[in-house]
Amino acid sequence: MKQAPILRTRRIAVHTILGAQTLIAILPVILIIMNSFKDRKAIFSQPMMPPGPDSFSLIGYETVLKQGDFLNYFFNSFAVTAGSIFFILLFGAMAAFALTEYRFRGNVFLGLFLALGVMVPIRLGTVAILEMMARSGLVNTLTALILVYTAQGLPLAVFVLSEFMRTVSDDLKNAGRIDGLSEYVVFFRLVLPLVRPAMATVAIFSMIPIWNDLWFPLILAPAEATKTITLGTQVFIGQFVTNWNAVLAALTLSITPVLILYVLFSRQLIRGITAGAVK
Amino acid sequence: MARSSLDKMMSVTLQHSQSVTDLAAPIRRPWRWHIVVFLAPALIVYSALMIIPIFETLRLSLFTSKEQVVSFVGFGNFETLFGDERWSKSFWNALWNNTYFFLIHMLVQNPIGICLAALLSVPRLRGRSFYRTAFFMPTMLSFVIVGFVWKLILSPLWGVAPSILAAIGLKWLFGPWLGQEATALTALSLISVWQYVGVPMMLIYAALLSIPDEVIEAAECDGVVGFAQFWKIKLPLVLPAIGLVSILTFVGNFNAFDLIYVSQGALAGPNFSTDILGTFLYRTFFGYQLQLGDPHMGATIATVMFFIILAVVAFYLLVIQRRMRRYQF
Repeated sequence: MKQAPILRTRRIAVHTILGAQTLIAILPVILIIMNSFKDRKAIFSQPMMPPGPDSFSLIGYETVLKQGDFLNYFFNSFAVTAGSIFFILLFGAMAAFALTEYRFRGNVFLGLFLALGVMVPIRLGTVAILEMMARSGLVNTLTALILVYTAQGLPLAVFVLSEFMRTVSDDLKNAGRIDGLSEYVVFFRLVLPLVRPAMATVAIFSMIPIWNDLWFPLILAPAEATKTITLGTQVFIGQFVTNWNAVLAALTLSITPVLILYVLFSRQLIRGITAGAVK
Repeated sequence: MARSSLDKMMSVTLQHSQSVTDLAAPIRRPWRWHIVVFLAPALIVYSALMIIPIFETLRLSLFTSKEQVVSFVGFGNFETLFGDERWSKSFWNALWNNTYFFLIHMLVQNPIGICLAALLSVPRLRGRSFYRTAFFMPTMLSFVIVGFVWKLILSPLWGVAPSILAAIGLKWLFGPWLGQEATALTALSLISVWQYVGVPMMLIYAALLSIPDEVIEAAECDGVVGFAQFWKIKLPLVLPAIGLVSILTFVGNFNAFDLIYVSQGALAGPNFSTDILGTFLYRTFFGYQLQLGDPHMGATIATVMFFIILAVVAFYLLVIQRRMRRYQF
């Protein structure tokens, strides 16, 4: 009982530090979103205040929607991310299944070969990738981006999914085989549904770097029609540096989808990170 | 149908007994096409877009092109990079800046991450998941967003940063950090730390959670509590996680590009003081202002980056990770 006051002060200290870090982490973003709804005068005179009835303005959004093709950028980002995730999951799960389920010559070697990609960043191959895309006429297409991101995401996907494939019961698979199911049916109908949680984790993981990447859109698909939202925002803001309303609105527009996704999936994402790290 | 399932069963039993009869099993199984089908898509995409381009880049670094004619120069490009005054100065500048960028991460991001993880793992803490979600949020944003957000906040025009500093009595500290040669790189490193501090926090938090209660209870019985417990019991147990975080930080930092490009442009100003290997590679490859892009010198820089990353990763895997003591619970 004597210790109680000490424990309480300690508890308060812990919450103070954590609270301060929370502010540091989210205040900058709140500041941007808040100010994007204000008129130019209010942005500069009272940056720390939320928009009030007399300072509320959507002028920034009007400029953005008139000048930049944000809807198209958004669609491009969505198509690239969804396409890449689809192939990462499909090809990754198939490879992980083959590597964990069957014994064959070269199994260990292939595992190591794929693991190489976890450590070596794909960016180092950019010079040759651009040359290859130019030769096959894929520059300024979303296909080029999907291909590159699929290759980038596969090693980690195979690695994580293999861990989970090992936990699927052999009895179940063998029961399916005795019932005459082909290996393909065993994989798609029995195994895949069981590793769905792991697939969701891999999907969320792989999504972040793809959605946020600037390097490959800048190099492989910089045309207006194929700009992703990350590149679009970068170029747009570069042109409108002095128009603070437009800059803040453009930033808010590209923050919002990520924030919504994060709030929806943060539980799963964090569980995925913590579960993966324990191993 | 019946036969094939019988085959399957046999192959299953074979698989189980293989370890015993590995050498004594000359039975030739039919070529199992399904393994090829399962593996091919992943291997083809991965090899074609990752492995081959990386090796192709290594190969390109041995060639040069003059007026559309490509010729083999051996290590000539590397001699230029390290020997020619103009190239070598930029290269060493970028390498040093990159190392500094990495050191700031190691000295600021990882200790803060460890502290936050330790605080989060305090038992019966309220609001834990709220804190976790908040700390990890910046990591989700792209460098484009992060770069511009901080550019605006640190801008002397807007005055948000000075007024916040004034509120805590530190107004004199403020300067146009991103525009000064002496402070720009530090400011950018700290912005990157702000964004990524959630990663070490999360990984180390997970490692702390996986320490079994018995170990902690045993420590408490021996009177090791509080800070001493953290230093002497928990920290050594999460060293592997700290090692993993360090190597992830290293690989991430040595191919960083976006943040610098977004906030300082391809020229990594002021006066190249924020130039790192990624921006140096981009400028060389694509050219800037009056200088034309040079894919072969670009490939040469990418090759050097490849060997730097490879050397450090190999050193980590072969030397550090092996010496690290792992505790089995």
